This record gives sequence, structure tokens and C-alpha cells, in this order.
Amino acid sequence: MATLRMREALRDAMAEEMRRDEAVFVIGEDVGVFQGAFKVTEGLLEEFGERRVRDTPISENTIVGTGVGAAMAGLRPVVELMTVNFALLALDQIVNHAAAIPYMFNGQARVPMVIRMPGGGGHQLGPTHSHSFEALFLQVPGLLVACPSTPADGKALLKAAIRDDNPVIFIEHENLYGRRGEVAEDGDEVLPFGQAVVRREGGDVTVVGILKMAHVAEDAARVLSHEHEVEAEVIDPRTLRPLDLDTILASVRKTNRVVIVEEGWPHGGVGANLATLITEQAFDHLDAPVQRVTGADVHMPYSRRLEQAAIPHEEHVVSAALAALEGSI
Amino acid sequence: MADLPDASTCYELLARMALIRRFEEEAGRQYQRAKAGGFLHLAIGEEATIVGVAAAMRDEDYLIGTYRTHGHAIARGTEPKRVMAELFGRVGGTSGGRGGSMHIFDAGHRFMGGYGIVGGNLPIAAGLALASDYKGEDAVTVCMFGDGASNAGNFGETMNLAALWSLPILFLVENNLYGMGTSVERHSAQTDLSKKAEGYGISGRRIDGMDVLAVREAVAEGVRLAREERRPTMLEAFTYRYRGHSAADPEVYREREEVEEWQEKDPIESFARRCVEAGVLGEREVQEVRDKAEQAILGAVEFADASPEPALDTLYESLYVLDSAAGWYAVDERSPEPHRGEREEEMPATARELAEAGAAYAGQPEGPRPNPAEHGDAQEGVEPEVAEEGNESPVAEEVEEGAD
Repeated sequence: MATLRMREALRDAMAEEMRRDEAVFVIGEDVGVFQGAFKVTEGLLEEFGERRVRDTPISENTIVGTGVGAAMAGLRPVVELMTVNFALLALDQIVNHAAAIPYMFNGQARVPMVIRMPGGGGHQLGPTHSHSFEALFLQVPGLLVACPSTPADGKALLKAAIRDDNPVIFIEHENLYGRRGEVAEDGDEVLPFGQAVVRREGGDVTVVGILKMAHVAEDAARVLSHEHEVEAEVIDPRTLRPLDLDTILASVRKTNRVVIVEEGWPHGGVGANLATLITEQAFDHLDAPVQRVTGADVHMPYSRRLEQAAIPHEEHVVSAALAALEGSI
Repeated sequence: MADLPDASTCYELLARMALIRRFEEEAGRQYQRAKAGGFLHLAIGEEATIVGVAAAMRDEDYLIGTYRTHGHAIARGTEPKRVMAELFGRVGGTSGGRGGSMHIFDAGHRFMGGYGIVGGNLPIAAGLALASDYKGEDAVTVCMFGDGASNAGNFGETMNLAALWSLPILFLVENNLYGMGTSVERHSAQTDLSKKAEGYGISGRRIDGMDVLAVREAVAEGVRLAREERRPTMLEAFTYRYRGHSAADPEVYREREEVEEWQEKDPIESFARRCVEAGVLGEREVQEVRDKAEQAILGAVEFADASPEPALDTLYESLYVLDSAAGWYAVDERSPEPHRGEREEEMPATARELAEAGAAYAGQPEGPRPNPAEHGDAQEGVEPEVAEEGNESPVAEEVEEGAD
């Protein structure tokens, strides 16, 4: 094991897969000479050269579309979109092409590509640079969606994504790039999609969180334990499609209460979707309405004070958990 | 004017064009009979451009096009019956009924797809060319698109990338003078489309898209530049679609005289005449080409009609690749109980009935649509009406007779 930052773990995943498979290449804005806007591709150009680490013009839809075509012809592109915000410019290629092609051509073509994109708020970047679009991509059939919260998961999921034959939306959180964690150095360690992890066991309330909110959920669980004698079970789904609903439902059947935490907007969000699935499949086990903690229903404000008010924090999760437990403690 | 090639090449070019013409006429007729659904974009009049391009390509080269590509697939070698079955939405279709008219695809013949989004195929073409380059292969990509697509953002983005990376690609604008119902003069500030990529370092030239030999010659040179010199270039082929943009097009934007003027330059008639006058082909062979096309297309309709509808339990097939097999992930794929609607046998009765009736026609009476192939019957986006039984429109009857 080694202690790595998230960005280093992701870089290692790409480098190892590129060494393993000549068909894997990296393409995106400033991924080469600049080494990535968030330095995730650091060192790749030096090791693999310009043929396999390709700096592109600022043309998001065409970058993704080029990846789609290359994937159809047998390559395994890892596309970096500088941020999820810019993915909006590539939605046509992502939705109408990458996701649709295998189905609309009846399996004659495959699109084995990964589209990496960092998102999330917290850096005072304002309305156009702080999005969380997990729900947007989750909605599209044909796509897989990963959202790792630790360096170990980031590496193992990215390796699985690169080896997968489907188009994968790989969402990273800008605030997590510097976060350290233990990472396996074994080059063959991959984490299959659709395996949630229980980060903390507890019997009183289930808290599901993704990306940075997976950590906020853990922080909140500590506060609940120390200050309220509430033991929360914290689950990180790690991938949203496929979703490991089994693990979440098993926990809900045990705790009978659930809080879902995400940074994205509330309407049609990850939490809205998961709340529906839980009520559909475990309604009789619920002792309280499903609680959602989400980003505020606004465009991310620049002001540090307002921005922090728009992003979920541990106290929001604590009060949601207590609300779910109201009357029982 | 390009010299006539040998007799067998002339025969083949003429036969391909006649086959596509006959296919498109029949597709229009079958659409009118509600055998084909959705939109139907016919390329009647554009056969010389289509066949000229395919004739200059090698088997390993990639061709990629738009939503008007029944003929492009056929020109590459796809059997017309499989394209017809796709229009019918049947399992024998090129995409097993998943794609329809706008999404024809044949991996075996390296026809890399018809695409429904204008300009959507351009970046994908760059990707195909990049893959050839990356793998050190000789294959060239020919990317065809309409005059309307030259205004899309993808056009500039893709031209830039192709030139920047010296991709082995040839772009060909099928300029049929209209982006749907808007003429080139009304949709493009630069009406000489061959110049539109010059700023990106891609030179272009204009060619007669009604002359199959001119197209073949120009494409052969463009493909050679791409293959040998890694120099992407662009051709602007002037061509014309005799029919509306789609079968649902009232054609208020152009005069009948303009259509007739172009029909006088008909690519098939003019090429046949030239071959006969030069003594390369005889009248008998020209007739034989027509008869063979007729037979092939009648056989195609027969095949499409006999091909089964897709089974309802194949609804999710090929959505995902699972362990190297086609399959799908539901949102709660790992849950012990299936989500509503995910299992065919649990489909509610009404949904099943609609599906079995064919969703596109659910609730509509059987019978011919009023004259869709010739004049159009509605605007794009509006569901074409189906004529009441026993009250067929006179125009529809006229088309029926004319097509026989």
C-alpha cells in the first residue's frame, strides 16, 4: 500500500492501463504539456508521448465525438473534460452518440470510452464552474456513472472504467484531488461497478453520500455519535449506474431511516431517484420519510458566505438524521 | 469531363445508381402505405454523388453520413433488403429495427452510420480517422454531410482538429441547395461552401455532384491525399433532391420549375445516355440494369415484409455490453426485485397492446398516408395523418399508379 492523493491515484490508474493496453490513450484540453488543469495527467506526456496523450483545442463536443469515433474503431479513449460544467457543451455527443450508438446500431458498434470530469463547488468559482451533474448523466440509458470519494476507489474504479466496454461518465470532485488515502499498488486491482461500501456501521439511521458528501456523511456520523448517541450507518454507493441498491436496502431494513446527501440540485436529483427506489422497495421498513440533503436550488453564488450556505455541511446532515429519528429518541 | 471507364465499371456505376433510385422510390411508396414509420428522407436525384464516393473507396475505408443514407449503405454493399427491413422496423434490418431510416449502419461494409443530428457525425468521423492513424492503418474516412451542417459548431471544430492532426479524412458536402427548407443563400453567409474550411487549413473545391464520374475522380484524389499525404481536404458536390426534405415536406420554399430543371440533368439518365452514345453500353444493358434493380427492390420489400417484428423481450438488448455480451443495467439492476416496467411479462396490458400494435401507429386506422413521398403531407415534427379507409386522397392514388 502507498499513501497517495486522489489526483495521483487517478494518474496511476491511467498510466497502468496505458502500459497494459496500447489501445488506451488520453485526450483532452491541456492534458499534455500543461499536465491537466488539476494536474491529474501529470507525467503522462513524458512517459507516453504525444501520440497517446493528446492536447486538444477547446472544442468539447468534438473532443468527445472524436473519442466516440475512435472507440467505435477499436481504441479505448480516456477523455478528460476540464470540468463537468464544460460537459454541457458535449451533451449531444454524450447522449445522442456515445450512449445511443450501441443500442441504435443494435450492438454492431461499441463505445468503450471513459469521460472524466471534475465538478463540485467550494472554490468560489461561481455559477458556471461549480456544477454537480451526477443526476443528469444518471438519467441517460447506455451510460455508466462513477463518482469515487477516496483515492483507492478512484484508482480501482477508473481502471475498471477503462477496461469496460461501455461509455463511462467518471465524475471527480475538485475538492477531493488533494485528499490522501491508502491505495493498493497492485496493478490489477480493479473495483467492479455496482458495489457500494459501508464506511461506518450503525443501527439507528442510514446515511448515503457520494463524492465529497460521502466524507460529509462520515463527519456527520461522528457528530451524531458523540453528541446525540445516534449510530449512523454510512454508505458510499461509489457508482450510480449500476447502483448497488441491495446494500442500501439491507441497511434501511436494519435502521428503518435514511438520509441521502448530495451536492447537486434537489429536483430530479440523485437523492430524489434513490428516495423513490427505497420507498418502492422498502416502504414497509421505513419508520420516517426519506430525508434528502442537497445543494441549494440556486446557481452557485460567488460570495464565500453564500456559496458555503448553498453547499451541504455536516450540520445539515445531522439535523436531517435527527429529523428522521424524531419521536424515537 | 472525366473519360468513360471500361464497360464493366460503367455498368456497375449505372447499376448502383439505378438500384438506389429504385430503392428510394419504393421506400417512399412503402412509407405511404405506413409500412415505414417516423421520418423518411429520400435521396432521389443525389445518386451520382453517393455512388461516385463509394466507387472511389477501398473496402477498409470508413464512410459516415447523415440521416439521408439509405443509398450510402447500399453503395457500400449493404443489401437493399436489409435497409428496407430497417425502414419496416424488423429484425432483418441493418439495426434490427432499433435505428430506422435515419440510423442505418453496417459495420461489415464499414458504413459507419447514418446520424439523426445534423453535424453529429463530423467529430465521430475525426475519431475514426484518428484511430486509423493511431493504429498505423491505411484506411481513410470519408465524411459526408449536408450544406446545412456546414453551419453547425461541429463543422469548425472538426475541420480544425482534422487539419491540426493531419487526419486521413476527406470531407464531402452534399450541397443540395437547401438545409431542410432554407436555401443556402438564406442559411450561409459564405455561399461557396468549398471555401468554408479554408480558414482551418482545409482546401476545398466544387464538383458536379450529378456526374458520377466527376465525383469518383475527385473523391479518388481526395482519398489519395488523405491516405498518402495525410492531408484532409473538402469537396462540395452540387446535387439536388427531387423529393422534399422528408416525406413530410410541403415544399413551399422552391418552385416546381427548379425541380424540373435539375431533373433534366438527372444523374442516371445522363450517364446512361453518355454510355450508350459512346457505345460502351447498349440499350439492352441499360434496360437490364433497370430490370435487375426492379427485381432486387421487389425482393427487398418481400424480405422486409416477411421479416418478423422484434420480440418485446429484446427491448433492452444491446443497451450495454456485459461481460462481452450484449445486455443492460437497470438503475436498480442489483436489487432483488425488478423495477416496474423492466420485465416484459410484467408489462401492463395497455402498454403491451400498444407495443404489439406498433407504437408509431397505435390508435391510427390502417391505410395509405396522403401522398407523402411526392409532395409531403405535414411539417417536420408533426405526425403524418393516415388517410381514412375508403377515402384515399387522389394524389396518393396518382403516386401509386406512377410508381408501378
